[in-house]
Amino acid sequence: MKIERGDIELAGVCKSFDGAANVVDGVNLRIADGAYCCFLGPSGCGKTTILRMIAGHEDPTAGEILIGGQNVVGLAPAARRTAMMFQSYALFPHLSVRENVAFALRVRGMSKAERLRAADAMLEKVRLTQFADRLPAQLSGGQQQRVALARAAITEPRVLLLDEPLSALDEQLRVQMRQELRRMQRELGITFIHVTHTQLEAIALADLVVVMEQGRIKQAGPAREVYAEPYDRYVAEFLGGQNVLSGRVEKVNGASFVLAPPAQGRIEVPLCARPSLSVGDRVDIAVRRDDVELIRPGRELPPGHASALPSRVLAIEYQGYFVKVMLDTVPDDHFVAYVPERVFFADPFNVGDMVLATWVADRARPLA
Amino acid sequence: MSGATSDPRGGSIAGAQRAIAPRSGRPWTFYVLATLFALYVLALYGPMICIYILSFQDVRGGLVFPMKGHSLHWFVDLFTQVRTGDVKGSFDRSIKLAILVTILTVVISFLAGLGFRRRFAGDGVVFYMMIGSLVAPGLVLGLGTGLLFQALGIATSWYGSALGAQLSWTLPFGVLVMFAVMSRFDDAWEEAARDLGASRWQAIWLVIIPVLAPGLVAVALFGFTLSYDEFARSLQTAGSLNTLPLEIWSMTLNVTSPSLYALGTVTTIVSFIIIGASLGTIVMIQKRRGGHSPSSERSA
Repeated sequence: MKIERGDIELAGVCKSFDGAANVVDGVNLRIADGAYCCFLGPSGCGKTTILRMIAGHEDPTAGEILIGGQNVVGLAPAARRTAMMFQSYALFPHLSVRENVAFALRVRGMSKAERLRAADAMLEKVRLTQFADRLPAQLSGGQQQRVALARAAITEPRVLLLDEPLSALDEQLRVQMRQELRRMQRELGITFIHVTHTQLEAIALADLVVVMEQGRIKQAGPAREVYAEPYDRYVAEFLGGQNVLSGRVEKVNGASFVLAPPAQGRIEVPLCARPSLSVGDRVDIAVRRDDVELIRPGRELPPGHASALPSRVLAIEYQGYFVKVMLDTVPDDHFVAYVPERVFFADPFNVGDMVLATWVADRARPLA
Repeated sequence: MSGATSDPRGGSIAGAQRAIAPRSGRPWTFYVLATLFALYVLALYGPMICIYILSFQDVRGGLVFPMKGHSLHWFVDLFTQVRTGDVKGSFDRSIKLAILVTILTVVISFLAGLGFRRRFAGDGVVFYMMIGSLVAPGLVLGLGTGLLFQALGIATSWYGSALGAQLSWTLPFGVLVMFAVMSRFDDAWEEAARDLGASRWQAIWLVIIPVLAPGLVAVALFGFTLSYDEFARSLQTAGSLNTLPLEIWSMTLNVTSPSLYALGTVTTIVSFIIIGASLGTIVMIQKRRGGHSPSSERSA
């Protein structure tokens, strides 16, 4: 039976290598056919193990993996119609680029002339025709990656699994190959599952970002949702771009609450995501770094701004289109404002200046 | 280098190099160590070279210097005279035995290399038992093997007990070489083959063996040479028919002509041909792969 669709469902998937600790701990997830999905998390969070279980290189200790509605646990990789691109590409060092790409057809018993013709056609797709007779060792990192992609794609998989595909490349090439991956995914029209520990990579590529911590899914959603509305402190800090503050609910004013304790100043946050909060509850709140505005002390808060935190400027980094201003707002923690370049240089601050950090009231969100 | 000299700062670089190099040639320690090394090389190759030279004497030749004429007389003598012993037969047996040992060593070492990639219950015991047979004195081990065969009522023979005794020596060597070779094998290659639809056998045949080929040739070379010149382990296990080293040894006891030396020359040539062929094969494989080792390719 051939698997025709590339939608994936993980149901209660667990994996333990030693019988004691679960590396993957009860993962439930649905990935649509033809989606670009990124598993994001630090090393050791279980993301590669999930990938290898989908590929069929590991068996789950518990749970089911469905591809195209069919439970594939126990099936060989080729029978699942998945293909994997390995972290180091794992190109066969003794075979030429063409023979590497033709390998899957060779083990299927296709005739030499036929499989080499198919490999040449695939190499043209990834623009490697002129390197067909080279050995993998004679290619650059980016070219090796394209060979790996071609070698996996020639099996006509429904799902392509990519294990840290860009980690071996330098920064510039990484951005370039990122676009190439996305282009290939659109052209092939199949599901891509991509494992990475780089949040920029994940949000740039993915339709579905899955943030993992210690074998569990912390949050899964579209890139913008995960970035702009992180579920908790872990997700907010891992994706970056957010300031996270902790405190206790001091007062609830209708649709918003006041957070304690800033020694001076005031933080008021809409209840939106956590309507059940009541006075005394401990809570984390997040506000995006690019939503923080800095004004000189003594000036009046612009309309719509309910929070203001007096802070001292600790450091300033010029980043081109914005300026990164680090503040001592929260003791022992980072509080950063990304100020647009033009705004900053209209009235530049110096290290040591006192400022008020403020933001439009509804830009702050309570976290779980 | 040419880039450095065309560099405007080339002069200062060359100056710096001059400053580092010692003014008056080499230090005295160089001459001491060079002399020591020359003596070492002489001690290593001198005796063999003496044998080779003396084997080319003419019919008046004796067992010691000075040379008496030069001819190939003793080589002809070696293969035509019955009194020199069964050289042809023992050479034949030694080659057959060495080929048998080589095949078994390569196959078993390869399988052990695959097996030892993962930990398994008792892997340490297996490993140390193997090392144990490596350090056991050969003569004693051969004696024991001979006794054991006797006790079991099996006649000792070059293709039975001697084969076993030699394997106790070549297998640990082969497996240790294989471990070194396997340490550079990326398991992802095998996994990739399986991922692309290869069966277990196809993965071994199309990926693992070709990638490891140079290492397997090295193991084969070890197996062959260790077997071909093995004496201690064969002495009590070869049975009634001698292998070549045993034949040479018995000749030293009763043959008093330079044909003994001619035999030494011939066996050395055979060894060199085999070593040359093996190294040539490895070089050829490496060249076909662009001269890159697996490690350098991954960093590329």
